[in-house]
Amino acid sequence: MAKYNIKVNGFDLKIDEDMTILQAAKLAQINIPKLCNHPDLPPSAACGLCVVKVKGSNKLMRACATKIENGMEITTHDPELFEVRKTVLELILSTHPNDCLKCPRNGNCELQQLAADFGIRDVDFPQLLSERPVDDSTKSLVVNPEKCIKCGRCVEVCQIMQNVWAIEFLERGFNMRIAPAADVQLKDSPCVKCGQCTAHCPVGALYEHSHNTEVWTALKNPELHKIVQIAPAVRVALGEAFGLEPGTVLTGKIYTVLKRLGFDAVFDTNFGADLTIMEEGSEFIERFVHGKGELPLITSCCPGWVDYMEKYYPEMIPHFSSAKSPHEMVGALSKTYYAEKKGIDPSKIFGVSIMPCTAKKYEITRIDDMFASGYQDIDVVLTTREFSRMIKASGIDFLNLPDSEPDNILGEYTGAGVIFGATGGVMEAALRTAYYLITGKNLGKVDIEETRGLEGIKTGKININGKEVRIAVAHGLANVATVLDEVKEAKAKGKEMPYHFIEVMACRGGCVGGGGQPYGATDEIRMKRAKGIYTDDKNQEYRCSHENPFIKKLYDEYLGKPLSEKSHKLLHTHYKPRPLYNR
Amino acid sequence: MGYRTYVLVCAGTACEASKSQAIYENLNKEVIAAGLEKEIQVVKTGCFGFCEKGPVVKVLPDETFYVNVKPEDATEIVKEHLVKGRNVTRLLYDKNQSKKNAKVEDIEFYQKQFRIVLRNCGLINPEDINEYIARDGYKALEKALFEMKPDDILEELKIAGLRGRGGAGFPTWKKWQITKEVNDSPKYVVCNADEGDPGAYMNRSTIEGDPHSILEAMTICGYTVGANKGYIYIRAEYPLAIKRLDIAISQAKELGLLGKDILGSGFDFDIEVRYGAGAFVCGEETALLASLEGNRGMPKPRPPFPSIKGLWNKPTVINNVETWANIPVILLKGGKWFSQIGTETSKGTKVFALTGKVNNSGLVEVPFGTTLREIIFDIGGGIKGGKKFKAVQTGGPSGGVIPEEYLDTPVDYENLTKLGSIMGSGGMIVMDETDCMVDVSKFYIQFSVDESCGKCSPCRVGGKQLLTILQKISEGKGEMDDLDRLKRIGFAMQKASLCGLGQTAPNPVLSTLKYFEKEYLEHIEEKKCRSSRCVNLLRYEIIPEKCVGCGLCAMKCPVNCISGEKRKPHYIDQEKCIKCGTCYEVCKFGAVLKE
Amino acid sequence: MPKLTLEELRKLREDTKKEISKRDVSDKSILVLVGMGTCGIAAGARETLQAFVEQIEKKGLTNVVIKPTGCMGFCYVEPTVEIIMPDMPDTLYGKVKAEVVEKIVDEHIIRKQLVSEFIFDKPAVDIVK
Repeated sequence: MAKYNIKVNGFDLKIDEDMTILQAAKLAQINIPKLCNHPDLPPSAACGLCVVKVKGSNKLMRACATKIENGMEITTHDPELFEVRKTVLELILSTHPNDCLKCPRNGNCELQQLAADFGIRDVDFPQLLSERPVDDSTKSLVVNPEKCIKCGRCVEVCQIMQNVWAIEFLERGFNMRIAPAADVQLKDSPCVKCGQCTAHCPVGALYEHSHNTEVWTALKNPELHKIVQIAPAVRVALGEAFGLEPGTVLTGKIYTVLKRLGFDAVFDTNFGADLTIMEEGSEFIERFVHGKGELPLITSCCPGWVDYMEKYYPEMIPHFSSAKSPHEMVGALSKTYYAEKKGIDPSKIFGVSIMPCTAKKYEITRIDDMFASGYQDIDVVLTTREFSRMIKASGIDFLNLPDSEPDNILGEYTGAGVIFGATGGVMEAALRTAYYLITGKNLGKVDIEETRGLEGIKTGKININGKEVRIAVAHGLANVATVLDEVKEAKAKGKEMPYHFIEVMACRGGCVGGGGQPYGATDEIRMKRAKGIYTDDKNQEYRCSHENPFIKKLYDEYLGKPLSEKSHKLLHTHYKPRPLYNR
Repeated sequence: MGYRTYVLVCAGTACEASKSQAIYENLNKEVIAAGLEKEIQVVKTGCFGFCEKGPVVKVLPDETFYVNVKPEDATEIVKEHLVKGRNVTRLLYDKNQSKKNAKVEDIEFYQKQFRIVLRNCGLINPEDINEYIARDGYKALEKALFEMKPDDILEELKIAGLRGRGGAGFPTWKKWQITKEVNDSPKYVVCNADEGDPGAYMNRSTIEGDPHSILEAMTICGYTVGANKGYIYIRAEYPLAIKRLDIAISQAKELGLLGKDILGSGFDFDIEVRYGAGAFVCGEETALLASLEGNRGMPKPRPPFPSIKGLWNKPTVINNVETWANIPVILLKGGKWFSQIGTETSKGTKVFALTGKVNNSGLVEVPFGTTLREIIFDIGGGIKGGKKFKAVQTGGPSGGVIPEEYLDTPVDYENLTKLGSIMGSGGMIVMDETDCMVDVSKFYIQFSVDESCGKCSPCRVGGKQLLTILQKISEGKGEMDDLDRLKRIGFAMQKASLCGLGQTAPNPVLSTLKYFEKEYLEHIEEKKCRSSRCVNLLRYEIIPEKCVGCGLCAMKCPVNCISGEKRKPHYIDQEKCIKCGTCYEVCKFGAVLKE
Repeated sequence: MPKLTLEELRKLREDTKKEISKRDVSDKSILVLVGMGTCGIAAGARETLQAFVEQIEKKGLTNVVIKPTGCMGFCYVEPTVEIIMPDMPDTLYGKVKAEVVEKIVDEHIIRKQLVSEFIFDKPAVDIVK
């Protein structure tokens, strides 16, 4: 790659070509203010804050969208630029309610930060607020149009990264706003509740529907038996809300804090992940070895992806694994197996899942199968963000807590269970067990590198007993179409399927990059979180789901064997086509 | 057998709206009734430009120019003029003209004009390709394909000094050259016919009157830059222009002047018409291209410029209608000829849509360097109703106002920019003493606020704030700091808006502030609008000496705020008055004072 | 094969050009006024006018404007034609039947010689000026 010589604020720099002024300035330790730009997205140049001077141009250039050129001389900060940016910032603030103290983003809002950095003490212009109702129709995501600064990140995430097209720019000029097409409510739109919009929104215009109150209320109720479980990706990201490095593994402290908060039993979704592998792995063998059912088999533990498939690819339903997602399995078992063993009235059990995900809030009532225990299997889902707020509100000095162990019988997990949290992890875990189930032997090397990393679509071939298993892993919904269209084309032409097994995660990076995770995720942070996940995997005594002693015990004592009748009743589900728009 | 006489009926949108189609049909009927159909041809043509007096009918070769013609006048025109050779005096533009000087060139409206772009408008039937060909149509294409290399064409345009007529004035040859040099394919040629300035209609008239000139120019460009596909993006509100384009394209395809292997040169070129929904911002080239691709019409940051990454991210030449219309003439008459017209920096002519408080509104094509005074007073015939000139607004919502002291400025890109306005696409609105400058800037900023796409915050919020503050001032609630706020917001919008719409939207506000600050101060400090435009600042009062106490005003007042005994002077309760002006209008004794 | 060859386009242009150029008056210096009052028309002025159109076209004259005009007041010598051109006096011809037109075009307009046998009078000043 060619290097360009440029001057930034008088300093000479040698920078790779094909870089924007914003990126180049960062390498020169200069931060240019911005609100709309996000490293996940192409520059949209909407906010107008990142304007800089380029010698030879009589206009100000947008640093986010302007590529450097050899010999370019750039001024990023001077009194005139400050004045222009401050005016633009004040203009934005003049349309914002500025009620930071009551805002869900208080303390981590990008606009608030900029106002502080610019020393805004007064907004000199008339306040012009839009009066549109809050859309809380999904009970997963909340849209508050009053706070929207129209940066467009959510629209781009929804359309470009996720290919969902649930939200769009409506109207124009000052009335331009962000809403589902034709102004339907979010619940009636193609929205899959992945929550990536909330993770990218710089302000408090899009956020998760909070269920903290329900959990606090339950915790105060002595008649309830409160059960909680944490998803794999939560343990490597929660620390960020407390100032720790992304990827710091906090499993033990999380168990402790949950117990101190008053939960009666602390389980781990990783146990459910191990169980999912047993069921889904067996399903794969049924289809791959015995020819019963459609290939490729497609994973179904991501609820955003399930919703997407039901809306956009209903014809692929037969390819879907019928296995429920891990936390739903734990939920169903907690109100049956666990309740029976402990002699607890399942109607008194209150199940909470702490998830990196906003779509899980929708999943728990998606279909009747989610009431397999006779009760709603999971009562409440909290995102990592909500959980961090609970801890802070509790007054517990989280970072200085001792570690502790999860409760049995739904808490022990293997390395295969924890890697569910990163893209490719489900595939890797499934292959570890499928190999064993087919060959009766464990893989010599259980790390399967082909499935790891942030490449949007990863493909590979694994040899099991002389038979080639072709796999594909896609994450970020916009990448799914490519893989599915390959399958559909092969199907239409009657050709051999390009893949036998496909893993899909709705969010970029998998659950570590989930829509309910602490703010500020970028590829760099996703990688660090994934690294934490793989470290946790390596540290486990058992690396394969079928080795989990409590899983063995569960089958021995209760379920019989994978895909048994009881398994089907409790651990499997159905799918149905859904319209993109409900009118 | 040729015809001895031609009757040209203007079929531009303005004249069509005043029934020129019926005039055309009636004339034809009468000609046939008189048995003259072999001697006289009635032709529908494009806009003559003299829209103020439309519908217009021109009789050739004797050059008689009839104005304000009605369908029922057809009989008289045929019986008197065509049969007997006597002018229908009452329809002549100047009733005092004797029959020999009822000519078009005698009308001052046309005297200072110089027609390149509008060369065929009002002369040929735009729905007949043969008439275009006869006027040396497609001869420039012939020359380009068989006598010139692409670089020769660029060189000719460079010598000509033609600059984009869409507003910014970028050298056309440069635009073409960049696209030509890019190593990427396919390439595209796009015609921007999304004319959106209020009061501007030169592009519409050009297409309606001479559609083939655009097709020919685009084909030449395609040959020059190596593109085989052209798109004309035209607003759907221009049905007549669209119809003429469709006819022109199908005739050109029929003849083989579009399509495969044009004239045996081996060069293929095709043109498609795409409709815009009438969003002003889609006149901005990146927004236009987004709309053309089927996306929401929102601008994108430049660079990359469309010349390199345009339509579907491919190299694209995008020029305005008027720019295109110049191309064939330049190739035929030579760049040198063209460069002799105009000023040092701005070559050729410019078409203006002259409207507002001027006697002869219409389309005007003048060489660059013509002064504003010549355009407004000589061509435009001065201010209507003998009122006093106040300012002229150029460049539409992106431009600014120019006061009287600069009327002798020769019009070109640089001079208008220096005065705080812009050339824009060529709208020119004349204002007289009854226009209030606060009201004028409010009008334009309202337009920009409505038409902003809303993408970037400086434009979206800044425009709205300007409007809010101007509203305040016009209601008498302004404060001195508001003037600073207007300037501060305006500056930020100019500097930080993403596209031309936002960068230029504050111009009407800033230029009125610059030249007419006194009027703003009057509104703020004295709560007074000298032009009586700002309704909230008006005050109606009854002059007791003049009031006879008839009670009519009290009866008509919608809010019953006028009281008084019969036959005694009445009184207006200022608290309740809503300034509707009814009392002022109904008083027969001039006893109501408006100030 | 192209639909239209270069030669065909050029021919098409030549053919149509003559027709269109008649609408162009900028370089025309010769004015032929044909009296088209009721009397003139009754005496065959329409045919006379048509003959002028044909002759002018036939001789390839591009600088002639033919205008019908009202009765010139010499009803007894209709059809009357007045020719106004540089280097020649304004001349009024009488009894200009269609068959005489060619002669007037050849002599008066092309060779600039008066056709004395048809000259009737110089018209009254107020009619021309």
